[in-house]
Amino acid sequence: MFTILSRMIHTGILTEPLPTVAVGAPSTEALQRSLWKVLGRALCIRHVDAGSCNGCELEIQALNNPYYNIEGTGIKFVASPRHADLLLVTGPVSVNMEGALRRTYDAIPDPKLVVAVGDCGACGGIFGQSYASWGSIANVIPVNHTVTGCPPTPAALLAGILQAIAASGAEV
Amino acid sequence: MPMASTLHGSLANKLPSNVSCTHLDLGAVDWQSALTELKAMGATFLTVWGADNCGRDNGYSIHAAFLTSAGVEVLSHRIENVANPSYPSIAPLFPAASRMERATRDLLGIASTGPDRQPDQRGWYRHNGWPANTYPLRHNNPHLEPRAPNPGPDNPYPFVQVEGDGVHEIAVGPVHAGTIEPGHFRFSVVGEKVIRLEERLGYTHKGVAKLFETLSQKQGHRLAARLSGDSAVAFSWAYCAAIEAITAATVPPRAVYLRALALEHERLANHLGDLGALGNDAGFSFGLTQFSRLKEDLLRANLEAFGERYLFNYILPGGVALNLPQSVYAHLVHLYRALDYEVAGMQSIYDEHGGLQDRFRETGLLSHGLALSLGAIGLVARASGIGRDLRVDHPWAPYDKMATQMVLETGGDVAARVLVRFREIYESLRLCRALLADLSHNSIEATPVACDLAVAEPNRLGIGLIEGWRGPVMIALETGADGAVRRCHSHDPSWQNWPLIEHAIIDNIVPDFPLINKSFNLSYSGQDG
Ligand code: SF4
Repeated sequence: MFTILSRMIHTGILTEPLPTVAVGAPSTEALQRSLWKVLGRALCIRHVDAGSCNGCELEIQALNNPYYNIEGTGIKFVASPRHADLLLVTGPVSVNMEGALRRTYDAIPDPKLVVAVGDCGACGGIFGQSYASWGSIANVIPVNHTVTGCPPTPAALLAGILQAIAASGAEV
Repeated sequence: MPMASTLHGSLANKLPSNVSCTHLDLGAVDWQSALTELKAMGATFLTVWGADNCGRDNGYSIHAAFLTSAGVEVLSHRIENVANPSYPSIAPLFPAASRMERATRDLLGIASTGPDRQPDQRGWYRHNGWPANTYPLRHNNPHLEPRAPNPGPDNPYPFVQVEGDGVHEIAVGPVHAGTIEPGHFRFSVVGEKVIRLEERLGYTHKGVAKLFETLSQKQGHRLAARLSGDSAVAFSWAYCAAIEAITAATVPPRAVYLRALALEHERLANHLGDLGALGNDAGFSFGLTQFSRLKEDLLRANLEAFGERYLFNYILPGGVALNLPQSVYAHLVHLYRALDYEVAGMQSIYDEHGGLQDRFRETGLLSHGLALSLGAIGLVARASGIGRDLRVDHPWAPYDKMATQMVLETGGDVAARVLVRFREIYESLRLCRALLADLSHNSIEATPVACDLAVAEPNRLGIGLIEGWRGPVMIALETGADGAVRRCHSHDPSWQNWPLIEHAIIDNIVPDFPLINKSFNLSYSGQDG
């Protein structure tokens, strides 16, 4: 127990400043502040991988690390679509995932937001459309916002989630 | 003895590859005896793939790759019967082939036939997205037309039923509770105890094999990097190794070292992420917090050193995209030292945490015997006492100069898979330091980090084989005319190890499944293709 505590103290609080985003982009700290301003309460996100290469998932998972500390901003990932305000979808939509994606979308109570993640989610990316792929998320369910990048950085994801909420007038 | 002459006959020739690779073209009878002989030799089955040869020598062909003490052995067999193409099944001798044979049938309509038992007739890749009897990889099928809307509800899939007193089924997926990839798990349980698990995968099938055929040889590495994002370096390197071997390119030594540095960074990032997630799945969120920050430190160093956090665009045919900036050396040296220290500290915390060890030990047991008979591979195999690592057994450049130490554990449980990760982190850090030292000895910024590639002759087959963090990843590349890709088969080690989870979970309780699954951490996308 002592080792654990001392390591915690030694590590300190890492959340922000940082990260190395492109010049001109807002700092993650500023993003977190405005997230709070727009929402004023917790936002629940359900993630669905509709056929990604798993690269986008790695950066979504990174949102939970102490640097981005997404839970600290009042955003959390939930296990059930029934509890979600926002659906975060990665991938091109593989034809084998089309049905599951539609069912997950339908299971989220209204009003709901959909953010398509990655170049694949935005336009099909390198996979495009084929016998096995529907391409972009918007080809299968309505999308409010897209975050491009292959994969998008955690800061870009955070910014995209914020923009989706802001554009919706925070009615969620 | 006829078997001996099959593998060691005069017909064997060398294939272009980054490891020693021999190739045999065989008739059906010799194919069968070669399999028997490979089994007797204790060869490890790697992968099987088919090809449509129309427009060339007609018919179809089936190819299988094995790992032996001498290197890779590729068997090829021409299938003349175009109406009903089939080949003798590999699965009776090498059970890991079963799902790959089903996938081959879905893509090409080439069926495996068993000597006494009919191979599993259920589809693997085709759920209901395209019509039965349409085989996407056949050349006469339209390439990448957007398909018609979904013809109906999902295909019913006949899972194996378990009957008996108190047995009930739990269906999980394809969408799971966390930020992970999709797949379906069907548990048969009595009370809390799992008595059977059946996996159904293929949900993220994106048609990559067909897509490769639309790319030029100089573009394929981009798709290879995106087969399984967590193994981008391993796959793009394997692809480049194949095309470079075919064109007999000489990659600048500096690029070779940089590639290895990138590969070890990929191993470190994944092992750090997994160790955190494994702590978390056992209820120790402190582990996740600590390891995820260490992983983030590494990813940020990647951005400085390689120009991106995940190296999707770093390795390209002929070399790498960027030289290592001078300014980053000192930072990397510092990072490696910090990681060594921090990870060792975390290991003693994990070791001494009773609750954690209680969850890890004897959970998800995969015995040495079972792992061997089912053909386990990579990290999972090394945790069950099977000492195979390409960096040690068949080192390609620059690993031929690195004297990589094999990490081997014999426990076969979650604890052993955790321990292999810890120990591989230390070894990777040692390799990174050595690579960096070599790079700084010769750190002239002007040294080229890529070379031009000659145009490959058509109809050449090349093999790229790289030990990724999960295990060996393989690319089999066949060239077409004028720099086109005729066929590209990719193989992720997850193929071999997915079926093992079905065994490791037996007699464990359902709530331990996420922990066991995580200790394997297999790729869905990599195997779905
Ligand atoms: S956008 Fe890139 S990282 Fe994300 S799923 Fe597509 S290929 Fe993978």
